[in-house]
Amino acid sequence: MSVILKKPLSLTDKKFHYCPGCTHGVIHRLIAEIIDEYDIREQTIGIAPVGCSVFLDWYFNFDIIQAAHGRAPAVATGVKRVLTENVVFTYQGDGDLASIGIAELIHAAARGENITIVFINNACYGMTGGQMAPTTLEKQITTTTPYGRDHKTSGSPFFVPELLTNMHGVGFLSRRAINNPKNIVRTKKSLKTAFKVQMEGLGFSLVEILSICPVNWGMDPQKSMQWLEDNIIPHYPLGDIKMPDFDV
Amino acid sequence: MSKKLLKGNEAIGEAAIKANCRYYFGYPITPQNEIPEFFAKEFPRVGGVFIQAESEIAAINMVYGAAAAGARVMTSSSSPGISLKMEGISYIAAAELPCVIANIMRGGPGLGGIQPAQSDYFQATKGGGHGDYRMIVFSPASVQELYNLTKKAFYLADYYRIPVMILGDGFLGQMMESVEMDGQNDTCEPIPKPWAITGCRGREKQYINTLYLVPEELAELNDRLQEKYRQIKNSEQAYEEYYMEDADFVLVSFGIAARICKEAVDLARDKGIRAGLIRPITLWPFPEKAFADLTRAKNILNVEMNAGQMVEDVKLAVSCKIPVHFYGCTGGLLPSSKEIVNRIEMLGGTPK
Amino acid sequence: MERSDMVISGFGGQGVLFVGFLLAYAGMLEGNYVCWIPSYGVEMRGGTAHCFVTIANKEVSSPIVDRPSVVMVFNNPSLEKFETAVTPGGHLFINSSLVDIEPKRSDLIVHRIPASDYANELGNSKVANIILLGALIQATEVVSIDNIYLALQEILPEKKKKMLPLNYEALKFGMSNLV
Ligand SMILES: Cc1ncc(C[n+]2csc(CCOP(=O)(O)OP(=O)(O)O)c2C)c(N)n1
Ligand code: SF4
Repeated sequence: MSVILKKPLSLTDKKFHYCPGCTHGVIHRLIAEIIDEYDIREQTIGIAPVGCSVFLDWYFNFDIIQAAHGRAPAVATGVKRVLTENVVFTYQGDGDLASIGIAELIHAAARGENITIVFINNACYGMTGGQMAPTTLEKQITTTTPYGRDHKTSGSPFFVPELLTNMHGVGFLSRRAINNPKNIVRTKKSLKTAFKVQMEGLGFSLVEILSICPVNWGMDPQKSMQWLEDNIIPHYPLGDIKMPDFDV
Repeated sequence: MSKKLLKGNEAIGEAAIKANCRYYFGYPITPQNEIPEFFAKEFPRVGGVFIQAESEIAAINMVYGAAAAGARVMTSSSSPGISLKMEGISYIAAAELPCVIANIMRGGPGLGGIQPAQSDYFQATKGGGHGDYRMIVFSPASVQELYNLTKKAFYLADYYRIPVMILGDGFLGQMMESVEMDGQNDTCEPIPKPWAITGCRGREKQYINTLYLVPEELAELNDRLQEKYRQIKNSEQAYEEYYMEDADFVLVSFGIAARICKEAVDLARDKGIRAGLIRPITLWPFPEKAFADLTRAKNILNVEMNAGQMVEDVKLAVSCKIPVHFYGCTGGLLPSSKEIVNRIEMLGGTPK
Repeated sequence: MERSDMVISGFGGQGVLFVGFLLAYAGMLEGNYVCWIPSYGVEMRGGTAHCFVTIANKEVSSPIVDRPSVVMVFNNPSLEKFETAVTPGGHLFINSSLVDIEPKRSDLIVHRIPASDYANELGNSKVANIILLGALIQATEVVSIDNIYLALQEILPEKKKKMLPLNYEALKFGMSNLV
């Protein structure tokens, strides 16, 4: 008998604490697989955000630094400038990255920091109980937009990777979704490209992953996936936005 | 010749390079701009990394990252920028990371002014950021001392795994004095950092963390921090005494204000008044030891370029047994030695 | 000399900070304690700029200069600002090419020198400050001229070294045209 599927070495044995149906776990696994496949576990350093994924260390079997809310790209900059040969990535939610930490993100990109950003867009603040995020859709109901997000009072959602396209030092930008096996495979490929871009020294790479937050959306996981497909994906076009000239 | 005529701000840079600091992250603000400018110019020659960050918040978090990766690293700013760094400093203290932060103070609150002040004493010594943390705070009074203490700051930061603040002011940062750069006691040897995050090759994975959701675990961190602070309180108090042997009128003052006080002591002594000066060099830990047996002192006059922020520390240090008076100025104004002597006379400092 | 306190004041760009720096540097070369304090910030943008220089044979306790014994001014506002501060019997050096008001005090040694005109005669209006410095050294002997030469050699970056002869000439000119 041969083993055809096993837990990646880059994951610990700890069971995920995320809510049932939450997609953080799937994305963690994709990252762990990629790190195993590239055989870079011993040189990888992850930067944990403030958000549901604050305890990255529980799940990833490599070095982790936990950062203040939104500051992960600045922390990653500091680490990468010291340890230029290591692989450094941040894992951030949409509140952490697109709201309180948007300045740190944009300037890390503008400097062309050779780091990778994994950006989880679940259209709300998960950890603090489902408040509006910068990526929350218009009319979407959250605990701080109880009548639906109205751009006149609460702004409108914006497109993070698109903000960075014309920056010189940006090597790879992509938006993917985690709603079905086909898209999961594509997400993995984009993540793989992002890490490769860093390993090749080609600059800043970011993959946005459209995800779900069943608990705060007030839906079961299946309905959440449907809502992601019907509402979020149509709003945020999927695909690679800026690409290097190689394939992984 | 080993003496160099240096601006205070440049002396910080020279000392950092001497102490093998090779990472600087900062954001421009007057009156400390010569510090980032120094590193921008000098680091390329010694293989250092300088980044002009997008904000003080980003800068201090780059420091957090570089320190976590095991580097000797520093940042600098002036009062309003230091307020922005407070978040990061609290995290750095919690994660027990070593780094050096220079605050070349200007008048506040708010945007305040750009002239020298000492009004960030509370912020530096009593917290500033959230949580039960401390940092070592050095208060140099000359460019030479700025140089010496900056070097020492890197060593102590590594030794105790603690942020160390150099608390200067616009006057000290801008002024030039000659600095002896060699022959100083070099306590700058690197200290091994097995805790650093460098990738887990050949060892178990490691983690740098500041979140503890289990109360007992957070309490444990705090106990450890408090034990470290107790140790620092015992070992690192530093101060200078000037004419204290027979002083019955004691001035207490730090930084540039203390130099004005030295002149005041000289003037008072000319008048036959037995005046003396205690100059705290560490503001945290506050040099309580200097106040342990002030048997002769009948009056204490605190002189500061703020509204009296150090007064309560002095009162505590003498257990309120000696009257502690205050003379100070704010906004960027400087105290005058003649006015200090007037106050001494008004308060009953009489010729022997 | 126990302690000499000096003020150099003028518009930004007239080399006032540089003259002060030269004095401090020469003072250091002579083994003395020195302090140089510039005005900084908004004032530097077009307004007046000044610096304080202290040279002392013992450690400088208070670096604050409120009663200078030597003041050098390059414009009217500087004269108005610092004349009252000079100690009685102190020296006041005035670039009379640019200052068209008279000092009010009679207890000072006043040197009115048309330094900018002289500088133009030497072929470079920028050395007016160095001419006044020559006069200052001749009158006060606060540092030796040799150490000013040495300071210039050490301070001027390589690509400006060709300015050395002109600076020497300006210094000598200032020394011999002291009034
Ligand atoms: C300075 C600061 N402000 C606010 C918070 C509270 N807070 C914790 S997580 C969070 C939002 C997280 O949302 P997101 O980044 O979308 O991540 P998710 O939880 O959805 O994965 C907030 C506001 C904090 N920890 N620090
Ligand atoms: S709150 Fe949302 S994002 Fe957080 S763990 Fe639960 S489902 Fe996931």
